[in-house]
This record gives sequence, C-alpha cells and structure tokens, in this order.
Amino acid sequence: MTNPETALLSARGISKQFAGIEVLSDVDLDLMPGEIHALVGENGAGKSTFAKILAGVYRPTRGSLSLNDQHVDITSPIVAQKLGVTLIHQEPISFPDLSVAENLVLGRLNSAPLARIPWQKITRDAQALMALLGVSIDVTKPMRGLSIADQQMVEIARSLASNSRLIIMDEPTAPLTPKEVATLFVIARRLRDEGRTIIFISHRLEEVRALCDRVTVFRDGHKVATERTANLSDSDIIRLMIGRPLKEYMHKQGSIIGEVALKLTNLTLPGKFHDISLAVKKGEIVGLGGLVGAGRTDVAQAIFGIAPAASGAIEVNGKLVKINSPTDAIAHGLAFVPEDRAQSGIFRTLAVEQNITAAIAKRIAPAMFISRFLERRFAQDSVAKLRIRLASLRQPIGELSGGNQQKAILARWLLTDPSILILDEPTRGIDIGVKAEFYDMIGELAAGGRAILLISSELPELLALCDRVLVMSEGRLTADIPRREATQELIMQAAVPRSTHQGVAA
Amino acid sequence: MSNVENPALAPSREVAAPRPAWRIFLIRPETMTLALLILGVFAGSQLSEFFLDINYILKSFTLYAEFAIVALVLTMVIIAGEIDLSAASNMALSACVFAYAQQTGAPLPISIAIGLSAGLFMGLFNAFIIIGLKLPSIIVTIGTLTLYRGLAQIIAGDKSIRVPESFIGINNVFIGGIPAPVIIFIILSIVLGLVLGTTIFGRQIYLIGTNEVAARHAGVRSKSIKIILFATLGLTSAFAGLLTASRLGSVRYDLGLGGELQMVLMAMLGGTYIFGGRGTILGTFLAAWLLVIVTTGMIVANWLPAYQLCVLGVLLIISIIATNFIYSRTER
Repeated sequence: MTNPETALLSARGISKQFAGIEVLSDVDLDLMPGEIHALVGENGAGKSTFAKILAGVYRPTRGSLSLNDQHVDITSPIVAQKLGVTLIHQEPISFPDLSVAENLVLGRLNSAPLARIPWQKITRDAQALMALLGVSIDVTKPMRGLSIADQQMVEIARSLASNSRLIIMDEPTAPLTPKEVATLFVIARRLRDEGRTIIFISHRLEEVRALCDRVTVFRDGHKVATERTANLSDSDIIRLMIGRPLKEYMHKQGSIIGEVALKLTNLTLPGKFHDISLAVKKGEIVGLGGLVGAGRTDVAQAIFGIAPAASGAIEVNGKLVKINSPTDAIAHGLAFVPEDRAQSGIFRTLAVEQNITAAIAKRIAPAMFISRFLERRFAQDSVAKLRIRLASLRQPIGELSGGNQQKAILARWLLTDPSILILDEPTRGIDIGVKAEFYDMIGELAAGGRAILLISSELPELLALCDRVLVMSEGRLTADIPRREATQELIMQAAVPRSTHQGVAA
Repeated sequence: MSNVENPALAPSREVAAPRPAWRIFLIRPETMTLALLILGVFAGSQLSEFFLDINYILKSFTLYAEFAIVALVLTMVIIAGEIDLSAASNMALSACVFAYAQQTGAPLPISIAIGLSAGLFMGLFNAFIIIGLKLPSIIVTIGTLTLYRGLAQIIAGDKSIRVPESFIGINNVFIGGIPAPVIIFIILSIVLGLVLGTTIFGRQIYLIGTNEVAARHAGVRSKSIKIILFATLGLTSAFAGLLTASRLGSVRYDLGLGGELQMVLMAMLGGTYIFGGRGTILGTFLAAWLLVIVTTGMIVANWLPAYQLCVLGVLLIISIIATNFIYSRTER
C-alpha cells in the first residue's frame, strides 16, 4: 500500500505484553513524512501503547522500528527526543513552578554543570518559538497558571525546539474548548506542511475527518486497517473499531417523571459558583453543560459534601438536608461518579471486588466482619450486569482498561441503591462501544425511577440523553433548555462567558 | 479494509488467565519474610549449638516484645498512609509519668491509668496536628519524638526512678512456659490481624492508604479512622512503656531510645509498603521473630556489635528491594 522507501518511520511486528497479557500484537505501520496520521480505536485497543513505544516510554516485547530505513532502538524518551520523536501528553507533564521558558529548555541545556544559565537567551528563544506557533503566552510566567490548551502549546513548542520530525499527540483535544481545538488544528497543519509527521490520537471522529490524511484503526491490540481518511465513512471507521455494525446508540428511553428528588436553592460557594437553584425529578435525566471550569464539578462536589457550599439549601425528596461529608450524602441516597477516575475513583492496586464493594461496608459486613461470600457475590453480580471485562475479581483494578474501570466505579455506586445519581463526565475517555453501553445504562437507571444529574462536555451526549439541559458559565446557571428545544448552538451560546461572547468560533 | 477480522473470532485480550493460586501465594512479601526467618534459624543453629534452645529464644524475644507490640499498631498506621516516629519517645514519657505519679504517692492502679492516659493523650496530640492542621506525619512525629523525649527528661531528670517491687518482673511471669510479654504480643497479633484482615475498619484502612481522596468519595470517614489509629498507637506505646518499666525495674528518660527505628524496621521487613495501602499484621509478626532470631544468632556466635549492625542494615535493604520488586510485579 505504501512505499517503504519514503517512510519516515516504519514499525514491523511490534508487540507488547504487560504481565503476560498481550496488549499489542504484530503491528506493522509506515508513517510518511508530511502527513497527519490518526490512530483510532476503543480504549485499550492498543493505540496509546503503540504511541508510547514509538516515544520510548515502553519497549516492545517483539518487533522492530526503523527511522529513514535505519534500524533504531528507542530505549527511552530521551533517545526518542534525540531521534526527533516527541510525545505530547493529554495532560501535559511539566514543572508547574518553573516558567514557560524554563520548561521549554528542560533537558536540552547542553552546557557545563556549573556554567551560568543564559537566562536572556532562554527567554528570547522561547518567545521566538511562541511567535512561530502564533500564540501569545508570556514565557516568563510559571506553567501553573496556564490553561491546559496553553500548556499543550508549550509542549508543542518544546517538540519544535528539539526539531522533532515525528510529533505524537495523544488525545490532545479532550480538555480543549472548540476555539482552542481550532487553533491546535491550524498549528498541526502548518507543522505538516513543513514536512513533519504528526500522529493524532482521538476519540472524536469529526476531528479525525477534519484534520487527518490517513487513519489507522486498532482493535484488541491488532491493527485492523490503514486507509486514507477520505476513503472511509464514519460508520466504516466505527465498524472497524468495534468490530460490529453500529447500532443506534443515542437514544432515550421514555421514563415516567415523578416528583422532585433533588432540589437546590441558591447554593453558593464564593469563588466557585453563585445562586445555583435547580431541581431534578425522579426518572428525569438533567444535563449540566458548560465549559471546563464553569463550576459544574464544584456544584456536584458541594451536593455530595466533598466541598460543601457556604450558603443555600439542599432538599432531598422534599426534606431539607445538611450534607457535610460524602458519608452524609450516601446516607441520603446520593451517589456521585467523579470526573477524575484515577484520583477520586479507583483504588489502583486493590482488587476489583474490593473496588466494587468500597461504598457498601454495611452490606458486605453485616456483623462487622467482612463476608467474603457476600463480597464476591455483589462483585460478581455487578460484573455480570455491567458486562465488566476482567480476568479475575481478585485482579488489581489498575489492570483493567479505562472503560471497565469506569464501569466498576458505576457498579460501586449502583450497589448503594441511590435515588439520586450524579455523573460527572461519565464517558470521558471511553471508547464508543462501551459508551453506548453507558448510555443504555443511564437510560435504564432513569427508567427505574432514579433522578440523574449528568455533567457532560459532549454536546451530542447531552442532547441524546437528557430531558432538560442546564448550562453553567462562570459559576452561574445561564440556561435551562427543555429537550425538544435543545440544540448544540443554544447550549454553546449559554456556555461561553459573556465578555468573550463574540469570540465563539465553533 | 481486506484484513478486517470476524469480530466473533477476535481475541478478547483483557481476559487473560488469572494468575495461578500458587503464584499469588508465593509472590508475597510475607513469604519472603518467612523464608528469611527459616534461613535465619538454620544459620543460627549452624553458628552455635546453644542457639536452638526455645527457652533462650523466647527470653531473647522479651527484650524486643515491647517494640514488636507497638510495631503491630504502627503497621496499621503505615498502611493507612501515615507514620508515627514518636512511639518510642511516647513509651519513655508515659513510663516517666507513671513512675513520677507512683513516686508522689499515687496508688499503683491510678499511676498505671495516668501513664496510659498520658500515652493516649500523646497519640491524640499527634493526630490533632497531623489531621487537624493537615501536616505530614513524618515531620510532625519527628517533632513530637524530640518533644516527648525532652519532657521525659524534664520529669525524670538524669536519675532512674524506681518502680515498686510488685510492679517489677512481667518478663519473669510465664504462662505455659512462655513469657507474658510474648503472650501479649501473640494475642495482640491475632486480634489486630483479624481487625485488619477481616473487618470493615481494616478494609477501610487499606482504602485510605491506597487512595484517600477516593476513600472519602466512597463515604469512608478517613479522618476519624486516622485519629483512632494514632490514639491506639499512643495507648499501645504507653502500655509498651509500662511493660519495659516492669522489665527493667526502673524508669529513665532514655527508655526505649532509638526504638522507633526498630519498629519501622519490623514493619518494613514484614513487607509493609512505606507509602501505604499494603502490608499485613502477619508480615510484621514474622519480621519481629526474624529480627530476634538474627540478632540473637549473632550474639550467640559472639559477633562484634559493628557486624551485627551491618547485617541488620543489609537485611532491611534486601527486604525493601524484594518488597518493591514484588509490588511492582503485581502493579500492572
């Protein structure tokens, strides 16, 4: 299909095993100079592992790589950088207390250990790089204050500074606003036109279509196809990714909407959110849209008692309640699936069954002592019901793929039999196949009479699932849109802060 | 497009065979501790023919039993992601408070109660600073380590305080041929082993140590649990301090000096993970015996103290490397 003579980088028979589990098998791929190449596939399909092998983060169990027809051993990220391969992480890894300019020269300052640091030169070079990218970032400011989009730009600038020929972007757009995505695309295209190769990993097919020349689909650790993007339709790609025809996954089961289950009145936490009043009824799915940083997660955390509000009232099933800790919230029948799974969801090194039963202490230990039998039964039931894929219940949950970890967290909360369920970006970073399952589950939960508050940055998700969509912007509720009137445009309009209202590009 | 596979035949790569049971059993830090223990007994018996005298070993263990008892509770504190280095100083201060109360004429039971309360209070004080003010326990307890030892010296001065005859000699009380401190250690091991391994309280300690934020999200009252742990450690330290006082027959401010390192050594040797979330009471139990066997073996063999120190250091480093290796293998 491709002429190996012109390939920038060729992978042959790349395989990778983790603890005896093959996550990547026999991947052959040629990357051409001056192309944007998409890697798509479900979570755990192996695309990130493959990218990390190229970038020297992992070493392949088998297989070889050649760069410009020269066999290369990419043994570490430093070697990769010297060879001109850079991996840009989704959440950029940097030194938050150092300045942008310092972050840019990290690991590249080739001078004697005791030589004076040429601060002025560093700053000037950094400014030149930023100008090259066409972004305005004050390079003397610490990284900490930058938005994630700007941090990514710094990473890209870093790759330019080391004159990378292959730049790998692992889900770069997930945390970005539409406008920032547009900027990123402009820069990516310019880099391509300079003859560099870009690997673009994304779950969003519309982005792959808009940006990428070719696309490679991974499934279950195998490469299943490499094609010109234009030759594949979206449904082709999805079919290749999940290995089965796509069913209509965006749907909403009709459920009977009952009385108010959760009511907030003028909930306020200064600096985070102001005068939030809303109600969620039994059987209703209420969406909470808005940009990242609009205060949606803060509201959820206040309801759940993680960071309680300073003033305002919370009513659960018509009764005024005081929620000062998650323990209180759970006692009132609330459940909260947090956005940041690794940080506030999973217990990485503990067994799947312990993760699933973490919130139902009393049920697995009726007489203070944990009943292994009950614990296993609850876990087994959940695994079957939510179709969690695992090797063993005693396996550490960190070994599961992201989607299955998320299912386990959802399972944990369903076992508490909550009447009110708060889901914060429940499908973030989850592949399409599992997403569809999540949508079905959320629908079923609502149909079962639960009140659901769904925080999501994915507009199609809000539109497809929710009976009503509320929108937050800069800590305030700015819209309450019923299902039949809701459109992507309406939500975005309400989400974008007033001051920059005219700047809406998407 | 030609190489699209039949989905039904596509291997499900996440479903690997579970690890065989023997590997789960064998690749555990406690297994390593047990192996070292057996090795230690064997080496000791080669070094000296007198070594394999069970009474001698039990007697030697009474010298370490106080630290070993505290190490059991310390293991739980470390699993919860904290540490307490002030336990040995707590032993000294509690014992000094007890002896001082005794000296000023308080009846024995009252003095004991005062000593134990002092220990409990010290544990709560640690907890208040660490949890209330959200400070790292390693720094805070280095501070209280110094503070408690200093207070002990203020109370006792440079002299030893005698304790009454009726209080002396717990180490010479034998139950079924086993010294009382050893009995106490074994019983406490079983009780705490059950608490940590089979109760919700124990499970929640592991949850907190693995990921405290997630634990709080799951409704675990992490603060209360940590306060209980520090308080228990304080009380246990005081108890161990009184045991020591009974064994020595007098109390000085330097009682149990340097004991915090022995306690941490026992926990580490037993496979407790210094960053929390992993470890067992069984491990610490075995490690306490290992430490006694190795030390006793070297004494019986007439090794110079300098060599003994080196051996202990090497042992600790080996155990940390092995523990780390084992945990990193099960990580993925």
